[in-house]
Amino acid sequence: MIVADKKPIEEIIETVKPYDRILVLGCNECVTVCEAGGKKEVEVLASALRMHFIQQGSKKNFDERTLERQCDHEYLEEIRDIMDNYDAVLSLACGVGVQFMAEKYHTTPLIPGVNTCFLGATEKRGLWTERCQACGSCVLAHTAGICPISRCAKRVMNGPCGGSTGGKCEINKDVDCAWQLIIDRLRDLDRMDEYEIVTPIKDWSTERAGGPRTVAREDVQV
Amino acid sequence: MSMNTPSKLEKVFKSGHIAVTSECGPPRGSDPEAVTSKGAMIKDHVDAVNITDNQTAMTRMSSLAACIHLKQMGLEPILQMVTRDRNRVALQSDILGAASFDINNVLCLSGDHQSFGDCAQGQNVHDLDSMQLVQTVRHMRDEGKFLGGDDIKRPPNMFVGAAANPFADPFEIRVPRLAKKIACGAEFIQTQCIYNIAKFEEWMRRVRERGLHEKVFIMAGMTPMKSAPMAKFMKNRVPGMDVPDEIIDRLAGVEKKKQAQEGIDICVEHIQRLKEVEGIAGFHVMAIEWEEKVPEIVERSGLYPRPEV
Amino acid sequence: MRLKCPTNFRIIRLPCTGKVDVIHMLRAFEKGADGVFVVGCMEGDCHFKTGNFRARKRVEQVAAILDTVGVGGERVRMYNLSSGEGPLFAQYAIEMDAHIRALGPSPVGTALKAQMTAA
Repeated sequence: MIVADKKPIEEIIETVKPYDRILVLGCNECVTVCEAGGKKEVEVLASALRMHFIQQGSKKNFDERTLERQCDHEYLEEIRDIMDNYDAVLSLACGVGVQFMAEKYHTTPLIPGVNTCFLGATEKRGLWTERCQACGSCVLAHTAGICPISRCAKRVMNGPCGGSTGGKCEINKDVDCAWQLIIDRLRDLDRMDEYEIVTPIKDWSTERAGGPRTVAREDVQV
Repeated sequence: MSMNTPSKLEKVFKSGHIAVTSECGPPRGSDPEAVTSKGAMIKDHVDAVNITDNQTAMTRMSSLAACIHLKQMGLEPILQMVTRDRNRVALQSDILGAASFDINNVLCLSGDHQSFGDCAQGQNVHDLDSMQLVQTVRHMRDEGKFLGGDDIKRPPNMFVGAAANPFADPFEIRVPRLAKKIACGAEFIQTQCIYNIAKFEEWMRRVRERGLHEKVFIMAGMTPMKSAPMAKFMKNRVPGMDVPDEIIDRLAGVEKKKQAQEGIDICVEHIQRLKEVEGIAGFHVMAIEWEEKVPEIVERSGLYPRPEV
Repeated sequence: MRLKCPTNFRIIRLPCTGKVDVIHMLRAFEKGADGVFVVGCMEGDCHFKTGNFRARKRVEQVAAILDTVGVGGERVRMYNLSSGEGPLFAQYAIEMDAHIRALGPSPVGTALKAQMTAA
């Protein structure tokens, strides 16, 4: 899923200052699972903002709403008839949702309430870690199911680099060396002989480097 | 003797001599004197000199520019290139630039992570990794073509090296990894600084077991310790470094102002011992910001005078 | 057992402090409460294993938010006692009452009153 983290309330206080009628809009998908932008976070943030601004004598109004998703037309349409009531939307969706909102409601100012971080997994409650950088050309079949692009600080395709120590990365002793994990798993899969296959120079054009990407599936379009 | 390139370093190896290289870190400024004075100190005691490429990710004068300064004073530079800061366009372009000055050696590295340096908030590139950079230089040289497939007019003619760290983890793939670099086209190897002689000899034994020492020229990396605190720092803070306690104890066992000399003695003893190890083709003496000591180490190790090739 | 206890707080009974969410405490402050204290079972004695630990974490979250928005995190506290300790409950209530009185009225409550007077 997409993992996001809450923006500091102080930052949000500054960005909502120019507006009086604000819709705090959550999303029921990824940001709910990572406890950054679901219904609960909408309630808490709205409450905190109300308490802050009432002390300033301001008459700001923060309404709360959470959509099933903010990255789909049909759910974003649900709020079309109430959008006139607001000067701005404080969206707790990921960067995708915020932008899709902006495209749909062209004249409503949008404020992001979370920092969108990465594609990751829930290791345990309160701990999310990166697993994928969406390079558009998956290599996991050749790397024992562990991604050197998202999990190696130098995205070394033929690793490990000389900085791997005790299974940890040179940048931080809390970070696993992706290549140690790859080698451990190759050994357990009895596929160590594959280690010596040189991974050729990667085509990064399917990654960010190639510009904004599109997946177009004519077979399912109607 | 079949030479692949006009490299003096290649010629020293192929004439059967034990090669000696050293290292110059370019300055954090634009004064060419900072490079040429270091070059002058070691000129007669080494066959070639590595010029580091923004080592530890600290911004410095470019490796290529420093190589040119040394080349112009008659030294044989080894251009270090890291894949951290440049994509394949820039790397190929700089290889051609170096070749235009007849810089005949290149050492391909991934580079320390930028978080260690002065631009921790910067991007890193890593379009290629170090092995793929070795492949790239060999492709440009041997095929005379760019990665994109077009012909190169006057292709670069470089002797291609890579690094090996016998001490990084996991140990079991350290020799397979060397084999991989050789398969990519590495012709010489410079190792990480060696302090754990026993572990290094074990690595060399495994290297010989696979006959890799006959496919590549392996240079043992030697860095004299200036003091016991430096040894401790290297042990605890430098990634992938293996400094046994006995080295630290030996340095700490002599009074402070004699520790530097003790460090030189240890370095010389290690070189003398490793000279006897089959498959060691040379020594890479990295006296970090201590270049003036290189002549003493080379002379006392019995590696002077350097051969005329 | 007749215990002396302040009467200026409202008790909200819950099956477990694990049921208390951040928003419940925030809502009380939003409506003008000067303080909130959560009284849970002794740590390690939760019938639902971790309810009181969850509550403590949430109290800490609320305190951080109250600090950020200028209400003051010291207005929310968590206490632990076992179900038979009525006198201790009374003691904690007295302690909390004194603590909040020393802090004075919540700025949110004051602002709410000002708004009502203006209207």
